[in-house]
Amino acid sequence: MSHPVALMSGPVEVPLQLAAAGDASEHRPLIITLFGLFVVATLVITVWAGRQTKSASDFYAGGRQFTGFQNGLAVSGDYMSAASFLGIAGAIALFGYDGFLYSIGFLVAWLVALLLVAEPLRNSGRYTMGDVLAYRMRQRPVRTAAGTSTIVVSIFYLLAQMAGAGVLVSLLLGITSDAGKIAIVALVGLLMIVYVTIGGMKGTTWVQMVKAVLLIAGTLLITFLILLKFHFNLSDLLGSAASNSGKGAAFLEPGLKYGATATSKLDFISLGIALVLGTAGLPHILIRFYTVPTAKAARKSVIWAIGIIGAFYLMTIVLGFGAAALLKPGDIIASNKAGNTAAPLAALEIGGGAGSTGGAILLAVISAVAFATILAVVAGLTLASSSSFAHDIYANVIRKGEATEQEEVRAARWATVAIGVVSIALGALARDLNVAGLVALAFAVAASANLPTILYSLFWKRFTTQGALWSIYGGLASSVLLVLFSPVVSGKPTSMFPGVDFHFFPLENPGLISIPLGFLLGWLGTVLSKEEPDKGKYAELEVKSLTGTGAH
Amino acid sequence: MASDAPPPEPVPDSATPATPAHPTTAQFVEVQESAEFAELRRTYRSFAFPLTVAFIAWYLLYVLLSNYAGGFMGTKVFGNINVALILGLAQFVTTFLIAWIYSRHAARRLDPGAQAIKSRMEADA
Repeated sequence: MSHPVALMSGPVEVPLQLAAAGDASEHRPLIITLFGLFVVATLVITVWAGRQTKSASDFYAGGRQFTGFQNGLAVSGDYMSAASFLGIAGAIALFGYDGFLYSIGFLVAWLVALLLVAEPLRNSGRYTMGDVLAYRMRQRPVRTAAGTSTIVVSIFYLLAQMAGAGVLVSLLLGITSDAGKIAIVALVGLLMIVYVTIGGMKGTTWVQMVKAVLLIAGTLLITFLILLKFHFNLSDLLGSAASNSGKGAAFLEPGLKYGATATSKLDFISLGIALVLGTAGLPHILIRFYTVPTAKAARKSVIWAIGIIGAFYLMTIVLGFGAAALLKPGDIIASNKAGNTAAPLAALEIGGGAGSTGGAILLAVISAVAFATILAVVAGLTLASSSSFAHDIYANVIRKGEATEQEEVRAARWATVAIGVVSIALGALARDLNVAGLVALAFAVAASANLPTILYSLFWKRFTTQGALWSIYGGLASSVLLVLFSPVVSGKPTSMFPGVDFHFFPLENPGLISIPLGFLLGWLGTVLSKEEPDKGKYAELEVKSLTGTGAH
Repeated sequence: MASDAPPPEPVPDSATPATPAHPTTAQFVEVQESAEFAELRRTYRSFAFPLTVAFIAWYLLYVLLSNYAGGFMGTKVFGNINVALILGLAQFVTTFLIAWIYSRHAARRLDPGAQAIKSRMEADA
């Protein structure tokens, strides 16, 4: 998944290569070899998984036979994007403490999923988020709304990942030409289409598990080497980082990134709320809970995910401050203005510096891990949107529940191809735009449109179809519109379209307004609706969600 | 498409719900209104809801302190470790702790009750 962090903190720069650390091309063969190994290994897994994918339940839910631990790994692999790996480390390397603030919201958010969403969702749904939202409502309007919201959230997310992938990989490989960047976006898109159409959820889950192991192993290695260098004294590490950054004690305190103005402080609150409430409304995360057999296993997945993701974010602190301590701030910025290459540069440095074999190996390892990370995340996003298209919109709205299982899966595969092709095209077009703000938007939409509807559906007896539609469409429209008229899109040098200015909403993140609005509209739509809630359906949903009776 | 013959024997997980032993809506309503289920719901909600409010409030407090109490957050506690870092790490600790407490609560207080209702309903269906 992608975390807004670095990707949203600066314009997408002209890749400068890892110039400061030596010529990128000298590392290229090793990096490409490791990329290639990962691609071959995951394709083998995909073909193997594809052979076992027969029913709709296999395609959408991986046969529901993964263990809590396996799914915990896969959830972590789905959630930790290149932006959280490279982005948070980079943000810490440049802004010190403020970079670390992100990771806390991303982690605490999992408690919402654990306490309120994962288990009831597993018990009462089958394949998509829409299953739960539409359970007690009129199917077609609510399925349409849930499918729309799922696809919007996933596509925004996907676009940010695709464009980010192009920038990152070209940076790591030292590719500067437009054709090269487009080729990378196309390659990433093609691989994700193959993973999802052939391997379905089973293949995607294994790819995410492999990626999570690689990411944790790679991060652990660099973290260990950095700590070793500072004799496992965190205070020394922080002290060196502070003095080397040229900012002194302020580097270890909040404020360097968000403390500038009253508006930037409000923006930080808005972002913080969106992060903490958005995670449990992200469709690509939610559908992961269908891959395990029971709610208990879903709970175990979240517990494992919290452990793994928490440990990972703790390591990014060492990675980020380590980069700040070991590298010259000028070198980090020269390589990438947003600090995205701070972690690879730190790996190169800790391995012995430019020109050393150790440095080259570590750089290649970290770059390959970043590539694996991107692929696993885009595969999860593609699967979430094509599942929702096939199951919510095609099977239940267009075909009114009359489609056979084979037809549904065929629709999902074609939707995957279509979404993949569209993402490649948009990703290629957007390669020089700063589309990373779209990730923050995805979180805000998830928190404003999806989470209120999920919570009301599960826990509020009176909730009606009109309430569900108002909260989904209201949350979706308000967050998209507010972002459209925010500095993310226009009016600032860091905007998606820096040349024009039509912004009037001062905050980059709409959550502060759109999340309360989503909750309010769900309530208002319900109390103003003329229809009576379906008591029988609510009894089914509530008893199912708490006990697992009749769960798929 | 209605012209296609409906699958004679729905494969598990086909488009129409076909899980083993699905109770009727009337049975669900009956269970929902039972004292046993009310107790299970109360045990779940009285634990999960206040805890959710608490951790969100604690997180927001941290966000607000980072924003508006820079001086306090910058106070050094030992070496280069300041209040901000300790509070940040405390968020990690409380997250791990709450996850552990909830899973223990669920295993001890929720799973047995849920399982009892489920087994009975599926046997009756």
